[in-house]
Amino acid sequence: MRARDLLKPRPEGLYCPPGDFFIDPVRPVDRALITHGHSDHARAGHSHVLATRETLDIMALRCGEGFAGATQAAQLGETITINGVGVSFEPAGHVLGSAQILVEHGGTRIVASGDYKRSADPTCDPFVPIRCDVFITEATFGLPVFRHPPAADEIGKLLKSVRQFPERSHLVGAYALGKAQRVIRLLRDAGYDETIYIHGALARLCAYYESRGVGLGPLAPATVEPGARKDFAGAIVVGPPSAFADRWARRFPDPVACFASGWMRIRQRARQRGVELPLIVSDHADWDELVETIEETEAAEIWVTHGREEALVRWCELAGISGKALHLVGYEDEGD
Amino acid sequence: MDRFAELLDRLVLTPSRNGKLKLLTDYFRETPDPDRGLALAALTGDLAIAAVKPAMLRQLVAERMDPVLFGYSYDYVGDLAETVSLVWPEPAGGMRADRAPTLGQVVKRLQAASRSDGPRVLADLLDNAGAAARFAIIKLVTGGLRIGVSARLARQAAADLGGVDVAEVEELWHGLSPPYVSLFAWLEGSAERPAGAAKAPFRPVMLSHAVEERDLEKLDPADYAAEWKWDGIRVQAVSDGGVKRLYSRTGDDISGAFPDLVDAMDFDGALDGELLVGSPSATGTFSDLQQRLNRKTVSPKVRERYPAFMRCYDILQREGEDMRALPFGERRKALEAFVAGLEPTRFDLSPLVAFAGWNELETLRTAPPHPVIEGVMLKRRDSPYLAGRPKGPWFKWKRDPHTVDAVLMYAQRGHGKRSSFYSDYTFGVWAGPDGAEELVPVGKAYFGFTDEELRQLDKYIRDNTVERFGPVRSVRADRRHGLVLEIAFEGLARSTRHKSGVAMRFPRISRLRWDKPAAEADRLETLEALIG
Repeated sequence: MRARDLLKPRPEGLYCPPGDFFIDPVRPVDRALITHGHSDHARAGHSHVLATRETLDIMALRCGEGFAGATQAAQLGETITINGVGVSFEPAGHVLGSAQILVEHGGTRIVASGDYKRSADPTCDPFVPIRCDVFITEATFGLPVFRHPPAADEIGKLLKSVRQFPERSHLVGAYALGKAQRVIRLLRDAGYDETIYIHGALARLCAYYESRGVGLGPLAPATVEPGARKDFAGAIVVGPPSAFADRWARRFPDPVACFASGWMRIRQRARQRGVELPLIVSDHADWDELVETIEETEAAEIWVTHGREEALVRWCELAGISGKALHLVGYEDEGD
Repeated sequence: MDRFAELLDRLVLTPSRNGKLKLLTDYFRETPDPDRGLALAALTGDLAIAAVKPAMLRQLVAERMDPVLFGYSYDYVGDLAETVSLVWPEPAGGMRADRAPTLGQVVKRLQAASRSDGPRVLADLLDNAGAAARFAIIKLVTGGLRIGVSARLARQAAADLGGVDVAEVEELWHGLSPPYVSLFAWLEGSAERPAGAAKAPFRPVMLSHAVEERDLEKLDPADYAAEWKWDGIRVQAVSDGGVKRLYSRTGDDISGAFPDLVDAMDFDGALDGELLVGSPSATGTFSDLQQRLNRKTVSPKVRERYPAFMRCYDILQREGEDMRALPFGERRKALEAFVAGLEPTRFDLSPLVAFAGWNELETLRTAPPHPVIEGVMLKRRDSPYLAGRPKGPWFKWKRDPHTVDAVLMYAQRGHGKRSSFYSDYTFGVWAGPDGAEELVPVGKAYFGFTDEELRQLDKYIRDNTVERFGPVRSVRADRRHGLVLEIAFEGLARSTRHKSGVAMRFPRISRLRWDKPAAEADRLETLEALIG
């Protein structure tokens, strides 16, 4: 079977004609396979959803219990047959519960990686490279300028700044699912055992991570008692990036605006957002990881999606691998 | 090197002055010689690296990387130094075991490089550095760190390390050279103050306080001499045993930008005065002066068209004699005699303004005889020349500012304590024919309002946002809707960089005019008339 007959882009998302299912569809469909719980990949309203237990739990937390007609939990490494097409979920290392999806039919193997990274993350299972004929890779950071430094070094910068400016609070912008918990866990791994204050939008997801065995240490809501403004001096506060532009941020004394994101590699990005302390911590593969992963899959063909497709396609051309951009629509460019 | 790179990265994104000083002082405290001194020199612009040029960078990267991929990268990042620092590939053999060189080692290798082996040295340094350090190395090589730290701020941080006044560091500065080991030893208390060995040293200038309400009623007019306050740039001209130097008031050597004036410094002494353009008999405007500012060198044509001269206020040194301890009255007499012997097209005296009482001076102040006068100075007749800004002997009594009613157009989020507030405001005035008026931006202001007014402004902006661009919002502003801001400013100059053609000096918000309809804000012609 030709690969392009096994999976093809449709307006709803990546579609498998023989299996009659979609991967990460952006519109409601009958049967959806979901790689992970970020809202641009995991949308409510499908009739049937197949995903890892954690992804299903996260979707229920974020979209409500009735987010799909019926759900089925996929065990990592176990093959499920859908209309004669073999499907298996393998860890993607992106966030808790994230998976790549291997689709196999008539001797053709395609891996839809979803979002992934290769660097260590104490909050989720590490990425497993899978040999395949076609590897569908994300390209969020698909430019040679994006090479993420070790996350522990970035956390070291944060802790140094906290020591240097004890009279100020450090507000760390981090996406509510995955990044926030990873930053908190990394702080604990670096020996920081003070209470970390969190924005309300993080509370349920942090509790869920804890229930799955990811220890986050003492957390408290970043709410303020009247007249208790000084309480946050010297504290680390974690919240979704959008909250820091908001009136919510006013309760903190002279805050140092930090942002944990792969985009912080580019100084102008940090400047534009008014970030004072950029923390280059990403849940997406950087350029070196993308290239290394493509090589490890030994795929003859690479399909590139959401991100800077052109540079990765160019790299494939130079490496003598067939590469093309998929032009799927509806996935956030900024979701890191 | 990594520490220095981290310092640069923090400084460039830290908006507050105190935050920058803290970062710098901590760095000086924790970093050994000679690295800290070399860092200080890099920040003050006193570190010269001759053999390595920016053009090499493109060449070096082209040898290492696919040009198409580099093109995509450069397009995305937009800054050559940053792009090269990020894309630079790790060498095939991996980094050397002794990587992470110190700043001192990097500077030594760069300074020792000849023109022919410069590229090789630079490439080897980049091969053995991380991304942040690569960026710092490229910044050192290309000169001009452009990280929002002035030479004065860097010296202030050094002074803070030793708990001394910045004026003391400035006075020593031109007798010292990188890596300033003797300076740091003194600041840390392990050695004596370095001797001022240089000829023609800078002497810290005396500054004044603004006259505040009720100040004058406590002062006796007979104790004070008055002079016009000229709106040029305050300079110190020092000529000592053949060495001639022109300093800014912060002790930066600006001789290179004013060779015409420096050439005429045929005296032995140190004078305090105002640098102006034109000639003593036909003083130019601030707009004219701007043609000569912020230039490292100046063409003969510009020199001829906008000649620089110095209007002298004070004499600090006369042929080996330190005059600073003498009272103003005596210094003034000495100054008058001294200036009489100088080249008259390049030096003149700042005239004293005779007055009998404060009311008479007030009348003179509000109607000065030349547009470049921005008020009067009051100098106590018996006061010595003191470094810094002592309260009492010198006052400045400025002309009241100009004001204009403008309409709020854009607002940008602030930093630090203001990071959740829209606190930087771009405002415009009306231009264009009747019935088709348009707002043209004429300036930006971020202070002049109370905390309560800031909250009101923030709410207004959030409620009236039309569009958002990152941290900037555009606010509804047309003939029928808009918030009028009364803007105070010190002067106007023509500007080719602004669409309106005018640039304001020192604009700030003086009042919020919630009561005034947007259509009644001022027109651009009102501002143009002020330029004259």
